[in-house]
Amino acid sequence: MKKDYHLVCGMEVHAELKTESKMFCGCKNDPFGAKEPNIHTCPVCLGMPGALPVANKKAIEWTIKLGLALNCKINLFSKFDRKNYYYPDLPKAYQISQYDLPFCYGGVLETSFGPVGITRIHLEEDTGKLLHKNVDGKDLSLIDFNRSSVPLIEIVTEPDIKSPEQAKEYAKNLRDIIRYLNIGDCDMEQGGMRLEANISLQEDGVEGLPSYKTEVKNINSFRFMEQAIKFEMERQAEILDANGIPPQETRGWDAKKGITFAQRTKEDAADYRYFPDPDLAPIHLTEEFINKLKAELPELPVQICERWQKVFGVETRFSSLMFSLPSEAEWLEKLFVLAQNKNLDSNKLAGSIVNKKFTFNFGDAPEEILKKFAELGQTDEIKDDDLLDAIKKVIANNGDALAKYKAGQTQLLNFFFGQTMKELGKKVDVAQLRKLLETELGK
Amino acid sequence: MLNTLTLKKALDKIAKKELTAKQIIDDVKAEIEKRNGELNAYLTLNDNDTEIGNLENTTLKGLPIAVKDNICTRDLRTTASSTVLDDFKPQYDATISTKLKNAGGYIIGKTNLDAWAHGSSTETSQYGRTLNPRNLEHLPGGSSGGSAAAVAADLCIAALGTETAGSIRQPSAWCGVVGLKPTYGRCSRYGVIAMASSTDSPGPIAKTVEDAAIMLNTIAGHDPYDGTTTTKETPDFTSYLNQDIKGMKIGVIYTELEGLEDVSKILLDQVKVFEKLGATVETVKAMDPHHSIGVYTIVQRGEVSSNLGRFDGIRYGNDRSHFGHEAKNRIMLGTYTLSKGYADQYYNTAQKVRTLYIEDYKRLFEKYDVLISLTSPGFAKKIGASEGSAMFGELEDMLVEPSSIAGLPGISVPCYHDKETNLYLGMNIMAPMYREDLVIKVGDAYEKNSNWNSWRNK
Repeated sequence: MKKDYHLVCGMEVHAELKTESKMFCGCKNDPFGAKEPNIHTCPVCLGMPGALPVANKKAIEWTIKLGLALNCKINLFSKFDRKNYYYPDLPKAYQISQYDLPFCYGGVLETSFGPVGITRIHLEEDTGKLLHKNVDGKDLSLIDFNRSSVPLIEIVTEPDIKSPEQAKEYAKNLRDIIRYLNIGDCDMEQGGMRLEANISLQEDGVEGLPSYKTEVKNINSFRFMEQAIKFEMERQAEILDANGIPPQETRGWDAKKGITFAQRTKEDAADYRYFPDPDLAPIHLTEEFINKLKAELPELPVQICERWQKVFGVETRFSSLMFSLPSEAEWLEKLFVLAQNKNLDSNKLAGSIVNKKFTFNFGDAPEEILKKFAELGQTDEIKDDDLLDAIKKVIANNGDALAKYKAGQTQLLNFFFGQTMKELGKKVDVAQLRKLLETELGK
Repeated sequence: MLNTLTLKKALDKIAKKELTAKQIIDDVKAEIEKRNGELNAYLTLNDNDTEIGNLENTTLKGLPIAVKDNICTRDLRTTASSTVLDDFKPQYDATISTKLKNAGGYIIGKTNLDAWAHGSSTETSQYGRTLNPRNLEHLPGGSSGGSAAAVAADLCIAALGTETAGSIRQPSAWCGVVGLKPTYGRCSRYGVIAMASSTDSPGPIAKTVEDAAIMLNTIAGHDPYDGTTTTKETPDFTSYLNQDIKGMKIGVIYTELEGLEDVSKILLDQVKVFEKLGATVETVKAMDPHHSIGVYTIVQRGEVSSNLGRFDGIRYGNDRSHFGHEAKNRIMLGTYTLSKGYADQYYNTAQKVRTLYIEDYKRLFEKYDVLISLTSPGFAKKIGASEGSAMFGELEDMLVEPSSIAGLPGISVPCYHDKETNLYLGMNIMAPMYREDLVIKVGDAYEKNSNWNSWRNK
């Protein structure tokens, strides 16, 4: 029997921090820029006998900064734990991570579909990388430790995500904030940011969480994640419709086939034997320290957009698309101030920039931008829908001209142009009108 | 016979240009040649002679120092007495190896230990047991048995060992030498093959308290590569030698324990030395050390199971089949106690009891400057004694385990010599954290006012 279900989804996102040195040693943190394997290594990140970790203070600060940006509470007493498991890319046979006392907990990230609760953010170290290659006719597994012990943060959400689209927006917003704080590049292709989704379905009208969940791991693009969740929703609904319960398992994503596939069931789930790492003293933080980090936090994009709306009248539908770094926001702010001083319409200016009416680079002199903007001619901002209505009206009233136009008298385009301008009674953006008009006349 | 010189005497003679380090090294090498085949104190000898000489202006003036084989020495084989690391030549020096070299110490060779430092006999070494030079039918103790034997047999001028719970002090007591276990965090663990990371403490094994103080000066101090080392300033530990101990308060503990009646009598007789020197001495009851066996067993096994995971057969040449019985035993027990559902029952409970010991010592140190006990419940055991006794080490180390898990500094000095067996008992002097000054002061005063140090009698 077919029932209606809704998605219950939480996410785990890993992101590498771009500190100068690695998490627990002084080696250069540049796994993607390294010219050769195993050049950014030392006894510590190679896990040599006797080597000891020393925590990277900057990485701890940055983790807390992200927590503050996501409205998290900060644990004033925290520690690192050992997560024990065997894998060739893990030279110590344990990963230094955080178990029960992460640096940050209890935050929230807003999306246009509603808030997503942040359960925790913890700091750990990345592993090395395995390369399976054929060398001189032999199939070999090679290990590159350049990535070993690179600082890695894990951001875990509450099961608040209600649609694949929201999952995508959440992940994108998170990436944007990490980049905006300038603490990570989040290069998805290289593995600088990795997505995991915990997915289950609940019958509509039923309270509480479902009795099962599947975890889809190693997704390396936002689009794939959206697809994976959609695929899982369909797959799980089929099982539920047949009165079954999808097994609790970890699934992988096959990007080529566009499907998820079973990887590991609960039965062989690892017991990581967590215990506090005796090599790293527990970390006591002070309110003063947290406040200092808070003060260093840049104004976040959401706050900037809200302020620009108030001060310059720039709509957030434009401003939210205009910048991804603090330096870019600073430059735009200068531009809007200058525009305001010259009594120019900042919102129209923003619209022209978003709609790529002219080319520019961040860092260009603001005066030059305003010159380009002026050259566009002062036109009114008209929504596509309104424009379309006017065009349709003009076409409907001029069936004769339309027939001639279609017969090959293309110069009649100017006639329709003029009619539409008259109909609207506003100064229209020529390029915008021409594009729409041609499309409509071509139908 | 220059190998029988104490470190202090050797340094003085070199300073006066009566001798060179090279002459002493030659005598030490000759003695090693003569006796190591039988004693098995050294696993590897340093054949790099280019390091010898021209070190007269350094602290240790090029004198030959033995180093326990779980301390990494660059390009010099380091096995931790396990064949898993049979061919392992570290690419780097442990911080204490660097410090030793910088201070002008010549690493003469690497000494035997219980494999991975698991044990108190050296009988679990995969390269054969070490014998006690004082009586070849007996064990040297362990895990730093090779270093203690090398010092006792004058196969070096001084040595480095490591202690997790008794591994410096117990073999020092059994071999009739001085062993100083510094405060946890006083000496860097970087490059010391990890056993139980939360208690591992490298320290000197030497002929006299004075020699131990000189050695501690060379290896102590903050290390940016070990976040658990102290940032406190390192004092000159030799400045606490030859001090008046008048008015000091000394508490004697563990003398009431069952089965220790005979040896406790000896200890209680010996502490009268302090009364003669003007200190007050009282016997006092401390928290029962038996509980420390459980605490140590669980914490140490848990940490061992994690620390040995890296020897997974992918690197270092030999696979896991090379692990000996003792290591396998400990890995399995530790894996179990850390497992889901058991961690609370075992590991977390053990940590709580550990805190009780720390608090008990705090209470005692409010009243006493130092605490004194026997180092080991008896004389050195006969060879083969550890075989088939799974808890051998824990029982032999029971009297030093509580202070080890509390991170306290302690020194073992010879406090009795049995003429019939030629074996020694050791007195264990403990102080609050970072108060090595007190154990050196009291240990030195005792040594100079008693007759048990075999080098002082020469």
